[in-house]
Amino acid sequence: MSNRVLTILIPIISVLLGLIVGAIVMSVSGFNPIEGYGALIKGAVGDSFYLGETIRQITPYIFAGLAVAFAFRTGLFNIGVEGQLLVGWTASVWVGLAFDLPKIIHLPMAVLAGALAGALWAFIPGILKARLRVHEVIVTIMMNYIALHFVNYLIRYVISDEQNTTERVPESASLKSPLLETLTDYSTLHYGIFLALAGAIVFWVILEKTTSGFELRSVGLNQHASEYAGMNVNRNIVLSMVISGAFAGLAGAMEGLGTFGYGFIHDSFSGVGFDGIAVALLGGNIAIGVVLAAALFGILKQGALIMPLESGVPTELVEIVIAIIIFFVASSYIIAYLLRRFKKGAN
Amino acid sequence: MDIVSAFEILVKSMLFASAPLILTALGGVFSERSGVVNIGLEGLMVIGAFAAVVFNLTFASTFGAATPWVALLAAMGIGGLFSLIHAVASITFRANQVVSGVAINFLAVGLGVFLVKAWYGAGQTAKIPVPMYYTQIPILSDIPVIGPMFFNNYLTSYLAIIVAIIAWFVLFKTPFGLRLRSVGEHPLAADTMGINVFKMRYIAVFISGVLGGLGGGVYAQTISQDFSGGTITGQGFIALAAVIFGKWHPLGAMGAALFFGLAQSLAIIGGSFPLLSDVPNWALLSAPYILTILALAGFIGRADAPKAIGTPYIKGKR
Repeated sequence: MSNRVLTILIPIISVLLGLIVGAIVMSVSGFNPIEGYGALIKGAVGDSFYLGETIRQITPYIFAGLAVAFAFRTGLFNIGVEGQLLVGWTASVWVGLAFDLPKIIHLPMAVLAGALAGALWAFIPGILKARLRVHEVIVTIMMNYIALHFVNYLIRYVISDEQNTTERVPESASLKSPLLETLTDYSTLHYGIFLALAGAIVFWVILEKTTSGFELRSVGLNQHASEYAGMNVNRNIVLSMVISGAFAGLAGAMEGLGTFGYGFIHDSFSGVGFDGIAVALLGGNIAIGVVLAAALFGILKQGALIMPLESGVPTELVEIVIAIIIFFVASSYIIAYLLRRFKKGAN
Repeated sequence: MDIVSAFEILVKSMLFASAPLILTALGGVFSERSGVVNIGLEGLMVIGAFAAVVFNLTFASTFGAATPWVALLAAMGIGGLFSLIHAVASITFRANQVVSGVAINFLAVGLGVFLVKAWYGAGQTAKIPVPMYYTQIPILSDIPVIGPMFFNNYLTSYLAIIVAIIAWFVLFKTPFGLRLRSVGEHPLAADTMGINVFKMRYIAVFISGVLGGLGGGVYAQTISQDFSGGTITGQGFIALAAVIFGKWHPLGAMGAALFFGLAQSLAIIGGSFPLLSDVPNWALLSAPYILTILALAGFIGRADAPKAIGTPYIKGKR
């Protein structure tokens, strides 16, 4: 069986296995899996309102998935998307509140502020990895928590006047779209989805069509060979983390300027950044894969919200399904092995 | 508040805040010393906290005052079993160990909260009927000043320190410990010497599950006293930081966990200390993480991981 077929089959099998395990968990705990999944589908795409909410949910997932995937392609594991997302969220809201400009300048500025903040937050693990060979996994995890506490401090004492939330960003910096809201029966769908899809195209262009993209991928495949070929490995490591962080910051800007329209004190993480790891893995770290995986996770997450009401199944079922999917994608070696055995047996 | 009583509160809260961190960090030391990265410590704590709380709620009438201790055994067992998922993925299935750990964290919260909702009909359990209480150590607690400061606390705080010493002895003074460390440094050489790399790694990950479960159980029965999705928020990652800050050494991890416990207590009551009241709260809350990054960067002594960490062992491959 060729590798190309395997790269498509493994995610599909993993998703199926995840859904099967979810069905077993539902049955064992006394729920009807068909009702449960029926409710999930209805809650995700059942009518235009739910569809709007689902697409809105997919938006940050695309950016978070692109962030993780971009770093992966250079051989780096950015677990810090969650933290970069939070600083991006806060920076975009801050710029949204601090200035009074026409929309054509203000909105791009606020969105870019989110990307810049995320990039800056990811620069630290990047430079530490490049200069001092410090493992980026640990640094990015630690940076997540620093971001959480730092952002909460900013929101309470700097951006707001000791409040738990900031003011709403003005219309001139908002991604909210009355048109899309009306079309989807007043869901919270905003313009961000177009930015996310554009982001996926930018991701593809950078990696596949530019010289630096070639270098970034090359470093991811073999650092020593890249160095021998005259590439600056350290520069590429920093660049990869910075671009990855910018995507993560954009995910935050989508939440700050679109979904919520303000910043607030977080007791714990939003979860979008961690889900981004699952999105990237399932999407095989390529642009189209990330968009498809983000769509699946958006459907699962949004559909889960209606499950308790319709079928009594707790929303956390979806967390279990996602965990199992990640588990099997990560264990792709064993799936590939079994598939090959199976194929051999058939011959 | 005068300085002595402020100091007493500080030491006390350091001891009880750090106990779950110490235990979980020790679990991390075992796993990582054998060459298996364990980002899943957080999830192991979650599942331990879940098991302890459910056990305490269910069997309080059967075991009476002994309930919290039996619940800890349950948490250790469930934590150990749960960690086997990580072991199978990262040792047998050659999964990316970081990814597998992430999956463990997702699964623990998902499964824990799912079952709580299915069994109790709410996202949060009731308070446990028999929590742990402060225990005055006889004689020692009568020492003036130091006595009430150090020897009137949860027994689990002392348990954590004792377990750390045992872990140090096992890892550095027994043949088992030498074997465990050798498969984390150079699995091929260990294999050549007749050590079963897979078996040692399975045992190490299992121990990390037992200790992580214990840490979660201690946290749930001393600090949170109930279980919900928000019970364990980052303690497992602080424990992971302690593993690294403690340079993968059991006593180092213990010291780091005590220090991080202190930082957490300071964040809560630091305002009473004249020097610290000027330090913004976020800096104290972030201290464990900032210090870990500095340690990794070599500013506070170099922290070097076991050599074979993160790489699955494939027999016959050089």
